[in-house]
Amino acid sequence: MTGKIVFENLKHRPMRTLLSALLIAVPVTLILTLVGLTRGMLEDSERRARGIGADVWVRPPGTAFATSLSGAPIPEKMVDFLQQQPHVRLALGTVVQATEGVTFGVTGVDFDRFTQMSGGFQFVEGGPPRAPNDIIVDQYYAGQKELHVGSTFMMLGNRTWRVSGIFTGGKLARIILPLRIVQELTSSSGKVTQIFVKLDDPKNTDIVIAQLKMKLPDYPMYSMEDLSSLYNVSSYAGLNEFITVIVGLGVVIGFFVVWLSMYMAVLQRTREIGILKSLGASNGFILRTIVAEGLLLGVGGTIIGIGLSFGSWWLIRTLVPASIQMVIVTSWWPIAGAITLVGAGLGALYPGWNAARHDPIEALAYE
Amino acid sequence: MNNGRPIIEARGLSKVYRMGNVAVPALRGVDLDVERGEFLSIVGPSGSGKSTLFHVIGGLTAPSSGSVRVDDRDLSQMSEFDRTRLRKRTVAFIFQKFNLLPNLTARDNIAVARYLAGVDKKPDPQFEDILKLLGIAQRLDHKPSALSGGEQQRVAIARAIVNRPAILLADEPTGNLDTENSTAVLELIRDLNERLGQTILMITHNPEAAAYGHRTVHMRDGKIVGE
Repeated sequence: MTGKIVFENLKHRPMRTLLSALLIAVPVTLILTLVGLTRGMLEDSERRARGIGADVWVRPPGTAFATSLSGAPIPEKMVDFLQQQPHVRLALGTVVQATEGVTFGVTGVDFDRFTQMSGGFQFVEGGPPRAPNDIIVDQYYAGQKELHVGSTFMMLGNRTWRVSGIFTGGKLARIILPLRIVQELTSSSGKVTQIFVKLDDPKNTDIVIAQLKMKLPDYPMYSMEDLSSLYNVSSYAGLNEFITVIVGLGVVIGFFVVWLSMYMAVLQRTREIGILKSLGASNGFILRTIVAEGLLLGVGGTIIGIGLSFGSWWLIRTLVPASIQMVIVTSWWPIAGAITLVGAGLGALYPGWNAARHDPIEALAYE
Repeated sequence: MNNGRPIIEARGLSKVYRMGNVAVPALRGVDLDVERGEFLSIVGPSGSGKSTLFHVIGGLTAPSSGSVRVDDRDLSQMSEFDRTRLRKRTVAFIFQKFNLLPNLTARDNIAVARYLAGVDKKPDPQFEDILKLLGIAQRLDHKPSALSGGEQQRVAIARAIVNRPAILLADEPTGNLDTENSTAVLELIRDLNERLGQTILMITHNPEAAAYGHRTVHMRDGKIVGE
């Protein structure tokens, strides 16, 4: 019967119920979108690093794993040095130049060596650059910018580039140029940003890294096996704290929405509370119905919030697939739900307590 | 419980409300006995204390002083929890404004009373007969907004008696009804009294309505001034 009373109360004012649930859904969507973006970006980074086909990743001295790379601080002769080390089959240097609105910037790579290492790019349109102003982009960037083979666009200053090929995403970067061209454009001839190393056998990775670290103690090195643990929220300074703040906001918003909604509901239902008390309803029963109603709003808000997170996912995928990546993280649905229910439950407590201590005679006289 | 004592015994009953720093006496030493199965009408002008007397007997508020025993229990010694229990099974109200829960159907309004009393099963067959007597058996799946005033009051009566309370307190039950429905409701209340032996106290301004009771007491200025 408690459930029926709660359900009928929610049904009686559908607009209030819908608006409350929608407002509760906002932080749920926010949390799920943020987590989805974080996870999506990390997974995308990991997938693209793995797509290179290397076993060891060498980064410039003084850079932490989670910092983005730009500029070319490593002498290119380091590539040759690594190439000559035991168990090394191939070393590949790339130059990364940051550019607006796209993750991983523009990357310059030696196409032949990259093909040897990874098997090369899989083109869905066109092929590798032939002319000095040719450039290749991945499907996501092409989709976002509506580019096709032969399309031109400006980038890296006022230079106009012609798309010679569009490749499937998931390898290295979204925008690729020949290594020498990027080096010339960025005045970094003879230097690279990072080096990828392919070994004769991945089983030798630990031995090679140990040896290289003795010879190049200043250079951070990672095995591709480490990537899963490295592409983690805790690797990025402040990201965990940011998520915590958003989660906290979720609780606070859920609390205030339910508090306000239930407070108004209790005011509107003063007489009904008096009726229930005249029938013998205890204070606990009144409190229970109000808290149950708040929690039900929380459940509704969670469901709508999950639905809206699919909307965020679709919008991002449709409008800016090259800039940001989002995935649907189902494991966070119960977490977002629990966060919302905590806020909603707390928010309903005061109105519920207020309703429970209504004087039945005054409540019955309420017009 | 029937030990020969009146079902309601009030002695020197007073109730004082506080409005800020001002004390407003609503009952000033009421003495009243009501026998089990009696149908008592209470009349008096507005502000004479009739409703307050009901609120005290019904356990909605505690008396300020004096004693009042209801079904052999002393209300002046009762906690709020005990008074809540009293309202579940021992006393029931019928209000002038019907006071049905607007979001629930007539059937659910009756079911709520049973649920709160801890009787969460179907009403007994005799209650089904009473529903027929009340003439609302076909209207039980409607919400109050879809019922006429007379029908709403009949649902309220059904809700009040569904748990077989020892005492029924009817506060101007015909105050919002036309003559035809008033007569019907009064007949019903009298029928319940005669059929079930239900003790009934009824507040009314209407002498004709008061005449339905076995006896009538008059109240003025918080006291019973005559019969």
